[in-house]
Amino acid sequence: MLKDEDRIFQNLYNDSGTNIESAKLRNDWNGTKEILEKGREWIINEVKSSELRGRGGAGFPTGLKWSFAPKEVGSRPHYLVINADESEPGTCKDRDILRFEPHKLVEGCLIASYAVNAHKCYIYIRGEYFNEGQKLQTAIDEAYKNNLIGKNALNSGWDLDIYIHYGAGAYICGEETALLESLEGKKGQPRLKPPFPALIGLYGCPTIINNVETVAAVPTILKRGAKWFSSLGRPKNTGTKIYCISGNVNNPCNVEEEMGVPLKELIETHAGGVVGGWDNLKAVIPGGSSMPMLPKEICDNMKMDFDACVENKTGLGTAGIVVINNDQDIIKCMARIARFYKHESCGQCTPCREGSGWMWRMLERMAAGEATPDEVDMLFDVTKQIEGHTICAFGEGSSWPVQGLIRHFKDEILQRNKFDPVVKKQKNIPYLVDQHLLEKENA
Amino acid sequence: MSIKRIHKEQPETFKFNDKSMEAANKIVSNYPDGKQQSAVMALLYIAQRQNDNWIPLQAMKYIAKFLDMPYIKVYEVATFYSMYNLSPVGKYFFQVCTTTPCMLRGAYDLVKVCKNKISEKENELSKDGKISWMEVECLGACVNAPMMQVNEDYYEDLNDKKLEEIIETIYQNKIPKPGSYSGRINAEPVNNRKTLLGNKNA
Repeated sequence: MLKDEDRIFQNLYNDSGTNIESAKLRNDWNGTKEILEKGREWIINEVKSSELRGRGGAGFPTGLKWSFAPKEVGSRPHYLVINADESEPGTCKDRDILRFEPHKLVEGCLIASYAVNAHKCYIYIRGEYFNEGQKLQTAIDEAYKNNLIGKNALNSGWDLDIYIHYGAGAYICGEETALLESLEGKKGQPRLKPPFPALIGLYGCPTIINNVETVAAVPTILKRGAKWFSSLGRPKNTGTKIYCISGNVNNPCNVEEEMGVPLKELIETHAGGVVGGWDNLKAVIPGGSSMPMLPKEICDNMKMDFDACVENKTGLGTAGIVVINNDQDIIKCMARIARFYKHESCGQCTPCREGSGWMWRMLERMAAGEATPDEVDMLFDVTKQIEGHTICAFGEGSSWPVQGLIRHFKDEILQRNKFDPVVKKQKNIPYLVDQHLLEKENA
Repeated sequence: MSIKRIHKEQPETFKFNDKSMEAANKIVSNYPDGKQQSAVMALLYIAQRQNDNWIPLQAMKYIAKFLDMPYIKVYEVATFYSMYNLSPVGKYFFQVCTTTPCMLRGAYDLVKVCKNKISEKENELSKDGKISWMEVECLGACVNAPMMQVNEDYYEDLNDKKLEEIIETIYQNKIPKPGSYSGRINAEPVNNRKTLLGNKNA
């Protein structure tokens, strides 16, 4: 288990309060000016050598992303956008950072905006997190008052303004280009890439978009050194991560642990074990609902980091672990996830808009045992038609979980769905009957 | 599914009151010159708050003029996002999360209670006209499942009994305490905390 002093988010459960005085006791805003004085190059290189990877789901190296921002500010200003539109089912880590560690985020915003030459930072919070947004606003106001941000922040000569922008309940706005569209006051429909936001983003200006957890971790990394951060976990999968363990466990919780911690340890130690014991485990969704599920056999020896998840044909995503035990109907669970994607598809690309509805309806029928055995392969084909044929990654996000279900639980679906549309038995259902196959008197 | 139907009975006019106007001007100043369109989402919220938690068409027209943008663009935004109510909802608006992590822990029991205690159908007012409810997608408090949102507050770690109590309290014109209903602090594991104990005991 990770040592307590190595945890970045010391106030994850709000033991010691969230105002600026208690935040300073937790080492926030301590030595921030010295960090800024070391310069852009140093900050970006330090983040690069810490091998910090984005915590929003895709796992893109943060230092590399920052280095994509143009070195000199041209005619267009740069922007920093923080993605706090946390809507992935199974994930609730950013919420706790927003409400309990807001100063870490604000401090991270200052450092990140300095590193990417941005004077304006927008924090896009999902509309449902109204109270969390108010807490963050309090922290921002405190920071302005103490000259930690604003004009000539910390007397470093750097100006930074931070604004909060509330979303309004659209999952797709967690996708970075949809988020930018939404920030510009339009419908949240993703843009084609390239051009990438680092060159043409918000209002057509260079924009760097980072997840809350990524940015909030940066100050601690720079204070304690990239070496400390990269000594945790294993190469390319370094540092700590907040895991959200929900579903059929005895004590669902958020916990910060080292990258690469065994899944079984997370569930048994922190979440009090699976309801009904480890043997009652059916499947685990390891990284929020977009990632394919894993059956118990793989979970036994699974490690939780980016590369280990990819080896097992899934992904770490946001590290929202949803545990499903044998008391649940797994097909019904996936049908509900498919309904989520059907509801949240933005409707821009046809394969996703139509396909997500198809997947939902087919899975509902499979859960009720009304499908034919052939339809399982047909459903798999549908997922393949969606994946890779859409503008954004929503297509993958909606089809991967269904693929995961078919990959690991095909037998169970087949066992339940024995509906046989053979002509002679079912001739009372006109649309199922191939009329020319009927005997003459019935035709 | 949220109901995105425009309400039949629309008010004739809509105008920001002083308080809303002040808030709106402050929001518009957050964005660069000429990019005031960005404020449309926040302004729709302000209109919704001013108008008993729903947005009439006149408000969209008013906002379009206010931000100097086409009315259809405001209409697009108002109909795209699910948190803008285009028809009246109860003064206490219950949103029950039923996505898989909540479903695994019994979210549909909460839906049953809502059907019994509030109204048979979603988006219908209760008998005294105070409460309405609907099923929503993930609200982002999965480790505190099952949960629901009443207006802006989260009620977490519920079960059918506790929800019945909450509804009864609201019927008596009191606002129940938001947060977790299992006695735990925020998102810590119940009775099983193994991390950051130094901070807890400090």
